[in-house]
Amino acid sequence: MLDIRKRTGWIFLIVIVAQVLLVSAQVQTRSGVPVMEAVSFGAFAKVQGVTSSAVRGVRDVWSNYAELRGARDENQWLKQRLAELEIRLQEQRALAARTTRLQELLTLQQATELPTVAADVIGGNPNAMAGIREITISRGTADGVQPGMAVMAPRGIVGRVIGQPAARASRVQLLIDRDAAAGALTERSRAGGMAVGMDRDPPLGMELVANLQDVKPGDLVVTSGVDGIFPKGYAIGWVETAQRGPGLYLNISVRPAVDFNSLEEVLVILVPPRPALSEAETKAGPEGRK
Amino acid sequence: MKVIAVVAALVLALLFQTTLAGMSFRGGTLVNFVLIAVICVALSFGAVTGLLAGAAGGLVQDAIAGGVVGIGGLSKTIVGFFVGVVGAHFIVSQPAPRFVMFVGGTVVHELCFQSLYNLLEGRAPHFAWGTLFTQAAINGLIGILAFQIVEGAPGLMQRRESRRATFGRRRF
Repeated sequence: MLDIRKRTGWIFLIVIVAQVLLVSAQVQTRSGVPVMEAVSFGAFAKVQGVTSSAVRGVRDVWSNYAELRGARDENQWLKQRLAELEIRLQEQRALAARTTRLQELLTLQQATELPTVAADVIGGNPNAMAGIREITISRGTADGVQPGMAVMAPRGIVGRVIGQPAARASRVQLLIDRDAAAGALTERSRAGGMAVGMDRDPPLGMELVANLQDVKPGDLVVTSGVDGIFPKGYAIGWVETAQRGPGLYLNISVRPAVDFNSLEEVLVILVPPRPALSEAETKAGPEGRK
Repeated sequence: MKVIAVVAALVLALLFQTTLAGMSFRGGTLVNFVLIAVICVALSFGAVTGLLAGAAGGLVQDAIAGGVVGIGGLSKTIVGFFVGVVGAHFIVSQPAPRFVMFVGGTVVHELCFQSLYNLLEGRAPHFAWGTLFTQAAINGLIGILAFQIVEGAPGLMQRRESRRATFGRRRF
């Protein structure tokens, strides 16, 4: 049984609270709102605020979690997209570079009066160790390419066609091949000689230039046209060193004008070499010319 | 029996309060018979009865007097509770301790009552201490007198009955 004497404090509290509520119900605030209403509204508003904060917090946590999950998927998608776009960008850059090169090639083609055909380098890297340097281009007999024809790049002489071309492909002996040679002269002093490939750096030399000739480093070496293959006046390279040799000739090293390591498009001059020279060179081939 | 006594005390006090509403001492100091009754009940029956009597008596007094119902009830509830608690822990059967309880109860009541009214009306609290202590002293005196009457009446009645019976058997 409930013994109210043991609940004195509670009874006192209940009676006091009841009377406070009773008083509050009769009293109005300065704004005319009953105190009880104002107090209850304030208290309820606080409870509402706390509840709203809690709900908002939970909702924020959940939405952050959901967004985080979405962000992970989005991140993966964006990474994939970025990779695709990087590939696309590289393709575009390559395309732009190719366009530039082709434009240069076109400029060369328009500048020269000789009949030419543009070709892509489709294979073959220069083999520096063996000293044999050949490439394969995408033009052949079907395009009018014949053995011994000169091959050029916008910056200068590349080499010549060797062997029997296929219908849509040809082998090109680069000028830096150790068995390649081209008639050459210095542009400044017109000192004549022969540009030959060498197994050294720079991979070109100029032979048969007399010690008495005036050759200096920096001189531009161009084709002389006497070999019957390369037309006259096209760049071969620049003299890097010119020293007096032990015999009658100077030791001249030439830095090629063409970067043979980055050849991609070339121009084949569709003028057959002089018959005697062309036949001999074609039959000999790279090995036969050693 | 206790309930009847408490209710009777409160009813009597309310009757006195309403009947003697115009009675004042020293220019407006009113005797609070309901408060005296509440303190008497609290001293006689304990804290719970005291606070319930204070709540009931105060509410009725507020309702009769007009104004905000509950302020007097609240004040008398507090007085009834604390007087009951103090009365349960200390010996207050003598007139002097009882006088102290009446004075203290009256002061506490007035402080609560005036403070609550000032609070509700937004005024600064102001107490007329002289009037307050005068009222407390008068309440104390009346309270002691009431206790004497309540505690002495049964014995007096019994003695009178006994005396009448004695006279009835005598033969002159």
